[in-house]
Amino acid sequence: MRRMMAAIVALVLLGLPAVHAVQPDEIMSDPAKEARARELSRELRCMVCQNQSIDDSEAPLARDLRLLVRERIGAGDSNSQVIEFLVARYGEFVLLKPRFERQTLLLWLLTPVVLALGGIALWFQIRRRSQGGADVPAPPLTPDEEARLAALMSDDAKSSP
Amino acid sequence: MIAESGHYALVLALALALIQSIVPLIGARLNDAALMNVARSTALAQLLFVGASFTALVTLHVASDFSVANVYENSHSMKPLIYKITGVWGNHEGSMLLWVSILALFGGLVALFGNNLPLSLRAHVLAVQAWVASAFYLFILVTSNPFLRIANPPLEGRDLNPVLQDIGLAVHPPMLYLGYVGFSISFSFAIAALMEGRIDAAWARWVRPWTLMAWIFLTLGIAMGSYWAYYELGWGGWWFWDPVENASLMPWLAGTALLHSALVMEKRNALKVWTILLSILTFSLSLLGTFLVRSGVLTSVHAFASDPTRGVFILLILCVFIGGSLSLYAARASSLKQGGLFAPISREGALVLNNLFLTTACATVLVGTLYPLALEVLTGEKISVGAPFFNLTFGPLFVPLLIAVPFGPLLAWKRGDILGAAQRLIAAGIGALLVLALVWAWTRGGSALAAPAIALAVFVILGSVSDLVERAGLFRVPFGTAMRRARGLPRSAWGTSLAHAGLGVALIGIVCETTWNSEYIGTMKPDDVAKVAGYELKLDGLFQRQGPNFREMIAEFAVSRDGDKVSVMTPSKRSFTTRGSSTTEAALLTSGASQLYVSLGDVTAEGAIAVRIYHKPLVLLIWWGPVLMALGGVLSLSDRRLRVGAPKPARAQQRLQPAE
Repeated sequence: MRRMMAAIVALVLLGLPAVHAVQPDEIMSDPAKEARARELSRELRCMVCQNQSIDDSEAPLARDLRLLVRERIGAGDSNSQVIEFLVARYGEFVLLKPRFERQTLLLWLLTPVVLALGGIALWFQIRRRSQGGADVPAPPLTPDEEARLAALMSDDAKSSP
Repeated sequence: MIAESGHYALVLALALALIQSIVPLIGARLNDAALMNVARSTALAQLLFVGASFTALVTLHVASDFSVANVYENSHSMKPLIYKITGVWGNHEGSMLLWVSILALFGGLVALFGNNLPLSLRAHVLAVQAWVASAFYLFILVTSNPFLRIANPPLEGRDLNPVLQDIGLAVHPPMLYLGYVGFSISFSFAIAALMEGRIDAAWARWVRPWTLMAWIFLTLGIAMGSYWAYYELGWGGWWFWDPVENASLMPWLAGTALLHSALVMEKRNALKVWTILLSILTFSLSLLGTFLVRSGVLTSVHAFASDPTRGVFILLILCVFIGGSLSLYAARASSLKQGGLFAPISREGALVLNNLFLTTACATVLVGTLYPLALEVLTGEKISVGAPFFNLTFGPLFVPLLIAVPFGPLLAWKRGDILGAAQRLIAAGIGALLVLALVWAWTRGGSALAAPAIALAVFVILGSVSDLVERAGLFRVPFGTAMRRARGLPRSAWGTSLAHAGLGVALIGIVCETTWNSEYIGTMKPDDVAKVAGYELKLDGLFQRQGPNFREMIAEFAVSRDGDKVSVMTPSKRSFTTRGSSTTEAALLTSGASQLYVSLGDVTAEGAIAVRIYHKPLVLLIWWGPVLMALGGVLSLSDRRLRVGAPKPARAQQRLQPAE
């Protein structure tokens, strides 16, 4: 019911004619605000859908959320205020880009940490190996391989003049 | 009878796989050639029986035998023949049967073409292959039998999910599986090497073509899937960072790293331990992908059949194989001798850098895919990890990687000259700067990052061409000589250039599509005109049409540009009566590499229809890029050096002789 209200409020507020992803009737009259709404929509998840943003989804819930976003923007909220509002209402699940917090520390830091540690490990490894020691000889041939090599060589001797 | 025979053939395949799991290993222990050769016969027999089982299921689907539950649930007598066949793998049971069929195919290929492998290596490889096969045969027979009968057969089937009734289903899953499952070969080779405690450059030479083959299929499979999603889902997106897509991207990233590290190992006998680890990881990620998709642990765009009760079984397989192989690796890796020294600035060094970035990218995708699952299991909290996260973490990794790509092939093995390489890339650099200036001058709007990204892509393309130009000596020697030299270059050199250029091509497509995509979203009545990117689309009318197993509503748009009629576009919306669901069939108008994309929404009470029209500049480059990469792979694969078993060229033999 609240969502319905929100949709109606949005319609009245924005004075748009009554009528899917973004429906023709949802589009805000101010292009700058509409652009902000679209940008925000791409970062918000349609919670009943399978990994779609509300910008892409045709689900009724996504529509409600799009209207809600536009309503908040119309009311003068900044982007972060809109996000705050939605998270307060629907939880962190609504964000397609999780916030940097204690519980998402590993998620955000894994990439730089793997890259840095990998880089450091490689640097030391290569330096150590390029300084010390000579080439390690290839492992000796197995008897099987010796036999095949011998066979190949004799073939070779036969075929070459 | 057919269903029962198919089922029985699968049971026999399991029995053969079990024999193949054990007997060759005993043979290798006893050094008994006859016992080791058992693997060859069983691998071929397995292929025969699994093939029979698969054929049985196809026959049942084609004959619309609704007494078989799998056919009843996923087919319909009115469905066109092609979808009756593709519908075989458009469901859980059938797609697992396809999975094991392809596994058996690869096993059979090793058995057939592995004549020049050392006997004990082949025995080990085929035994490991059989372990994997046994596990999955068991999985199918215990939890996902596609041949179950229904006691009272219904007259009509429930039809296949309409989204899957598309030519995409004929190509995408088989390609993807050929890639996924193809990596089982490098896995088996790695485990065999660890068990034997022996690994050398020859090992890499055997593994590389198999890896390359799997990689080619996976590349095409992913690209195909992406294009399919693009035209079928109706909102013009081509990559969603959906967990199911990530599941296929991870083995691709690891596999790409593996291709490059195997190269170092083959040429320089270095990075052995790492190559082995990558082989294990690549296939583990394929298994993980199978788990993610098949267990139902995810709910995603790919609403492809899943059943949570099966999850535990696959998880078990996953744990045994990944845990087992990594333990074996931990125990044995130190015994593998490292060879081939190289300076940090060298071809090897560049390939190591490539591996670092690709592995990190892979880790990023892995954590992004699994984190929400893990967090929910551990704390009960639900978070989403979607496109904005990956764009921010995965994207930047490719910047240094792409800058490094043209340098790699220009550096010498062992000790390279970075300044020399940079000098040879000056032309490419200048070209990139020119493009940068042009893009800045000619385009308006969009992200400020677009122009540098396109310049980077141009640098990668020109850089990979520079390598060929340099090696052919174009501009330095007479044109005719250069052409002759270019023809004489090894095909693998052409392959490398093509594949690297493909990266740049794809990047241009991605940047242009995301930056200069224009759209029109609105409701239209007949005779209304929509204007998008210089095109005018007039809605001529709405028509109803009856298809074989659906009804569709077609909208006809007359497309004109500057008053000249260009074409007629007919997007449609199909309603499938049996499942009560509908699909949007977008209409595409291609001009060059750009596309105009029209998809339909719902009809309003007043008889107007919601329409979405997109103009996507250079969007096709996104898929031409991977196709170029795959083509590069095919060229490289056809290089005689890699055609295992092909007669050695005379020159190579002469080079061998001094070693006598």
